[in-house]
Amino acid sequence: MTALRHTWQVALRYIRALLRQPAWVGISLVQPVIWLLLFGALFKRTADIPGFAGGSYIEFLTPGVVVMLAVSSAGWVGMGFIEDINRGTMDRLLVSPIWRGALNLGSVAQSVLSIVIQSVIVIGLSLAVGAHFHNGVAGVAVLVAVAGLLGAVFASLSNGVAVLTRQRETLIGIVTMVTLPLTFLSSALMQQSLLPGWIRWVAKFNPVNWAAQAGRSAAEANADWGLIATRTGLLVLLLLASAAFATRAFNAYQRSI
Amino acid sequence: MKAIEAANLTKTYGGGVRALDGLSLEVEAGTIFGLLGPNGAGKSTTVKILTTLSRADSGEARVAGLDVVRDAERVRRSIGVVGQKPGLDPDATGRENLEMQAELYGVRGAERRRRVDDLLTQVGLSEAGGRLAKTYSGGMQRRLDVALGLVHRPKVLFLDEPTTGLDPEARAELWREIERLAREQEMTILLTTHYLEEADRLASRLVIVDRGRIVAQGSPDELKSELRGDTVQVELSESVNGDAAASVRRLPGVSELTVDGRLLRARVDNGAAAIPALITALEQDGVRVASATIARPSLDDVYLRHAGRSFQQADTDTKEVAA
Repeated sequence: MTALRHTWQVALRYIRALLRQPAWVGISLVQPVIWLLLFGALFKRTADIPGFAGGSYIEFLTPGVVVMLAVSSAGWVGMGFIEDINRGTMDRLLVSPIWRGALNLGSVAQSVLSIVIQSVIVIGLSLAVGAHFHNGVAGVAVLVAVAGLLGAVFASLSNGVAVLTRQRETLIGIVTMVTLPLTFLSSALMQQSLLPGWIRWVAKFNPVNWAAQAGRSAAEANADWGLIATRTGLLVLLLLASAAFATRAFNAYQRSI
Repeated sequence: MKAIEAANLTKTYGGGVRALDGLSLEVEAGTIFGLLGPNGAGKSTTVKILTTLSRADSGEARVAGLDVVRDAERVRRSIGVVGQKPGLDPDATGRENLEMQAELYGVRGAERRRRVDDLLTQVGLSEAGGRLAKTYSGGMQRRLDVALGLVHRPKVLFLDEPTTGLDPEARAELWREIERLAREQEMTILLTTHYLEEADRLASRLVIVDRGRIVAQGSPDELKSELRGDTVQVELSESVNGDAAASVRRLPGVSELTVDGRLLRARVDNGAAAIPALITALEQDGVRVASATIARPSLDDVYLRHAGRSFQQADTDTKEVAA
């Protein structure tokens, strides 16, 4: 109960700061919208490749873009922690009786909330340009949920790295080095069966691909609920591990000061 | 009763910097205790260990009767901390800052509203409470920080360099607030400072820390009276050599005599009584006196005597090491 209350207080703090920058929604949507519309136009003929199943490329691409936006938006969450540490806010919280896990989870909750909002907007836009989602609201809900889950994993990792390194430059470097390859080593932009063999093999271990597979399947006519369940399960396990990492990072921080 | 006890604390940071080298101290409940020293002396490290933020490599510490390592959780509930860096959230209003802090300490509902209102009034921020903290002046931010440390009515309050960066007016205001807290709320306050006059004014007992060790302790008056007597400074109407002061040297109760051009300095038991004899002795030697001043010993003199260097020198040394 205390844990939940403290998490909510931390989340409330970050959400409030977010709402005070109304330009944020617009700015953070630029990238996914560009991906959706430009990639969609650029690779339109992908749908003609022999072996490409399903409808239009943009319909295929939308779950990929939702997953990509989750990764790229969550990756920067650790910046807030670095600011809090440099300022002294984090030290004030660490000498209070706050439940340690709340620091990461509260920040993750804010990140997930913004990912959900952005995802819904991107999906709406995709519908507006003619994409079609099977399985209705349930399918879309699963897609948004896996995106949120993946975002929570990356936000936790970002927070943990932020606490350990405490340097913006290092975090920027690590986030860029990790998120781009993971995005391209997945089926976010290209159908799994059309990926080169080695990428298909690497993608098995790539959480971005787990989310892309589960989210896409949920929007397909013949959704594979078994696959959705296993990939979601893997993401949940990874979230537990990464949240534990982010929370334990504070021990290392406190030993070093 | 002791509110804070620390025994033989040591701490070495990565890179071999020894921040604490066997520091021990005891603070009586309900008093204001000063931890005085130049930058880098180990004051902030001591506060971090006592407030559970950091851990000592060895040694033990108890705050409000609780071990800071084994009972960290309960220590955190008993203490308020105002750190050297501002702890407030600049993107939240003063009121929101206090509300979150209250929730974290389990102060909720109507009690929370009452407490936050009281605190805003107490630190003079009731009108600014609805504004974002980043729009506050330096003094206002500091007062909000102090209020954040008081939300749960702590038994022991830690103030780490509370007035650094404040203008004289804001500093005087904060001093009054600290004195009021100790008097009316019977709080134990541990204050670190590198302003001598701050320790002198606020602390009933203080320790002087240098290079991670305590070099002197006592009340400000005790420490100053240890220096025995006053400093007398006499300006002569013309330059003299050391011989001219020979008769002064023979006067009873005069020590540490130095002559530098037209300036003669000496330590005497009682400045007011020594001056007439001193002037007579000089004039008998044919040296005319232009002016004479008496200075009561300051904590700077105490620091100089115990740390072997002046306060400013120590601060400069630290900056050079840091650079």
